[in-house]
Amino acid sequence: MLGAGAGAVGVAAIAGAGGFAAGRESAPKLDLKSFAFRGQHQSGIVTAQQDRLHFAAFDLTTTSRDAVIALLRAWTEAAERLMAGAELGDGAVGGSYVAPPDDTGEAMGLPASGLTITFGFGPGLFSKVEGLASKRPEQLIDLPHFGGDILDPTFVGGDLCVQACADDPQVAVHAIRNLSRLAFGTAAIRWAQLGFGRTSSTTTAQTTPRNLMGFKDGTRNLRAEQTADIERFVWADAADGQAWMAAGSYLVARRIRIRAEVWDRTSLKGQEDSIGRTKGSGAPLSGGSEFTEPDFDLKGSAGTPLIPVDSHVALAHPDANDGQRMLRRGYNFTDGADSLGRLDAGLFFLAYVRDPRTQFVPVQNQLSKSDALTLEYLQTTGSALFAVPGGIGQGEYVGQALFG
Amino acid sequence: MRLRTTVSAAVLSTVSAMALAACVPNSSSGTEAIAVSATDSECKVATTSAPSGAVTFKVTNGGKDVTEFEIVANDKLRIISEVENLGPGITRDLVVSLPEGSYFAVCKPGMVGDGIATAFTVTASQSTASSDADREDLLAAASEQYILYVRNEVQTLVRKTDEFVAAYEAGDYDKARDMYADARVHWERIEPVAESFGDLDPKTDAREADVAEGDAWTGWHAIEKSLWPPAEGFELTAEQQKSLAEGLKANIATLSDEVTAENFTLDVSQIGNGAQGLLDEVASSKVTGEEETWSHTDLWDFQANIDGASVAFGVLRDAAAETDPELVETLDTRFADLNALLATYGSIDEGFVLYTALTPDQVKELSDSVNALSEPLSQLTAAVLQ
Repeated sequence: MLGAGAGAVGVAAIAGAGGFAAGRESAPKLDLKSFAFRGQHQSGIVTAQQDRLHFAAFDLTTTSRDAVIALLRAWTEAAERLMAGAELGDGAVGGSYVAPPDDTGEAMGLPASGLTITFGFGPGLFSKVEGLASKRPEQLIDLPHFGGDILDPTFVGGDLCVQACADDPQVAVHAIRNLSRLAFGTAAIRWAQLGFGRTSSTTTAQTTPRNLMGFKDGTRNLRAEQTADIERFVWADAADGQAWMAAGSYLVARRIRIRAEVWDRTSLKGQEDSIGRTKGSGAPLSGGSEFTEPDFDLKGSAGTPLIPVDSHVALAHPDANDGQRMLRRGYNFTDGADSLGRLDAGLFFLAYVRDPRTQFVPVQNQLSKSDALTLEYLQTTGSALFAVPGGIGQGEYVGQALFG
Repeated sequence: MRLRTTVSAAVLSTVSAMALAACVPNSSSGTEAIAVSATDSECKVATTSAPSGAVTFKVTNGGKDVTEFEIVANDKLRIISEVENLGPGITRDLVVSLPEGSYFAVCKPGMVGDGIATAFTVTASQSTASSDADREDLLAAASEQYILYVRNEVQTLVRKTDEFVAAYEAGDYDKARDMYADARVHWERIEPVAESFGDLDPKTDAREADVAEGDAWTGWHAIEKSLWPPAEGFELTAEQQKSLAEGLKANIATLSDEVTAENFTLDVSQIGNGAQGLLDEVASSKVTGEEETWSHTDLWDFQANIDGASVAFGVLRDAAAETDPELVETLDTRFADLNALLATYGSIDEGFVLYTALTPDQVKELSDSVNALSEPLSQLTAAVLQ
């Protein structure tokens, strides 16, 4: 026994010296990853997509330009601290005993968890705040009504938005909660959405996740490494119209409910035909593996294309949309069940584009009109569009170019 | 909420962590906490002198007993300030404003007896003794003013409740319905005070849902339901009505006795926290229409709560302005904004629209405005005690 014990210690010592990773396996998994808040672009766009989301849209409760600037300054300072895994102000327990703590405290002891905080401006900001009307980008349209949208007004629009993504849901919720505290008196939450699992990959290193339909989602998504395409399809340029939007982007947010019970009663063939890919590997129905280019012309014995013409892949593919692409950053969500006991769940679609008028609206119109998936199984209940300004340097506050 | 810069917050937390962990005698510059290590047999104060002004003691109970820590005047009788109920292993700050002079720092293991006293000297600094004394006068005046306000409101409450009860008992229900909201205004303005007297508040102001099955439901809202009864299922006998009416009258009379008693007192933290309590009341039950389920006169209560909070802020305003002028400015604006918004729905004198007439958007707007005021108001007590 003694000998065996000594041997075990010896092995552990070797593992400890030579194999750091092996020694860590039984330890709690700590996500020490953190991202910088400041930079050319805002974080949380091409950043490798984290697993969890808390998204909030705010209404301004003031028309004061100074108050909005003060809020953006406070948000900037807070976001920088939160993303570094630090507490706000004097922290959750470090301040006065007779005052409410500056930080709500639920992230105490948690690492940064790859938190990114991304800020955006809705159309209302430009109409409500004095002097901003002429600064509204023409790309920041009022989204049209798309066929099949049954919007819940409490999930539509917003004057400001904050997207908090992290690998720990508690870290993301902590961020939104504390940022909304800073906003009281200037802006109030209009609606919010939690996302529990990513439905896209934004870097080539990530595996393709599955949406709540059980299919791999975002196989063809734009990736951070495709720098030329990212420049072309994601980042706004000063020459696009509004100089203050340089290095920014436009964020389309759509709360898409899946009719889960109906979908689950659909045959595997029916499901695959709606998507245009196999459920297992995610290969296009024209063959190959997940990343094989779909062949929309390849026909089967019936003389019809193997990838049905009304499938999601056929209609959403760049070939069917004038070559347009978008950077998707969506999340699976569930908000429990509705009054009939049906899952209230789906996909919280987030996409970053350089111009929603050409990259989103025509694609969505086509899907709303012809897409078997959209028509049969999806119902969009929330919808909003935001202008996401570019990143900031030291000493600046987010969106400063708009107000400066 | 104030955000400090990254650097200063990090430095501050490092300093206090060091002081706490190693009991390093600090330089007692007036801004750093003085570590106090209290055990069942010892009371170690890291440094025994400090310049006058705000002095912070960071008290850690290293003993097995519950303890308390006091700063006592030179006569060993008058307690200047204290922190009580420190369980074993707990650390808590005591911030106290001390003029130049000699004091004792006292730990009381078990919270009984004379405790273990250490002499503590406060030396003169730029924060002079006279300005400390001025501030004490300011706070004492604030208490006096607020006590006067409470007594005045309760006096009116007694008169209007008696009239309301008389009309109700006489069967003049139209008159009682007319008087209901207006009488309650004087209750709602000072409700946190009533809450401090045992079960007076639940006996007087419980809503039906607050009462556990089998317990008696008494007070304003039981009478409210009988005045605005549901279509069926709630009929009171004359005897039950009389019992409710007399009970309400008696409870309000008790409240009056309590606040007019010679020893009735309110300190500034009770006043500041009371203001916050009034806003919490608005946010949790008035803005949702849950307070006046049958009469829907929630906006009277809403305005009355804001009035009470506004008076509390008013008496503390000068003291808060000395330490946090920005907070005072924000509170001035937010009170004005909320009052202006409420004024669009009526007034206590002219009457308000019923809660049921509000649209969801209007409720949201009121709620946003309450949050806008409530968030900075939660800092008022700390600003006054600084």
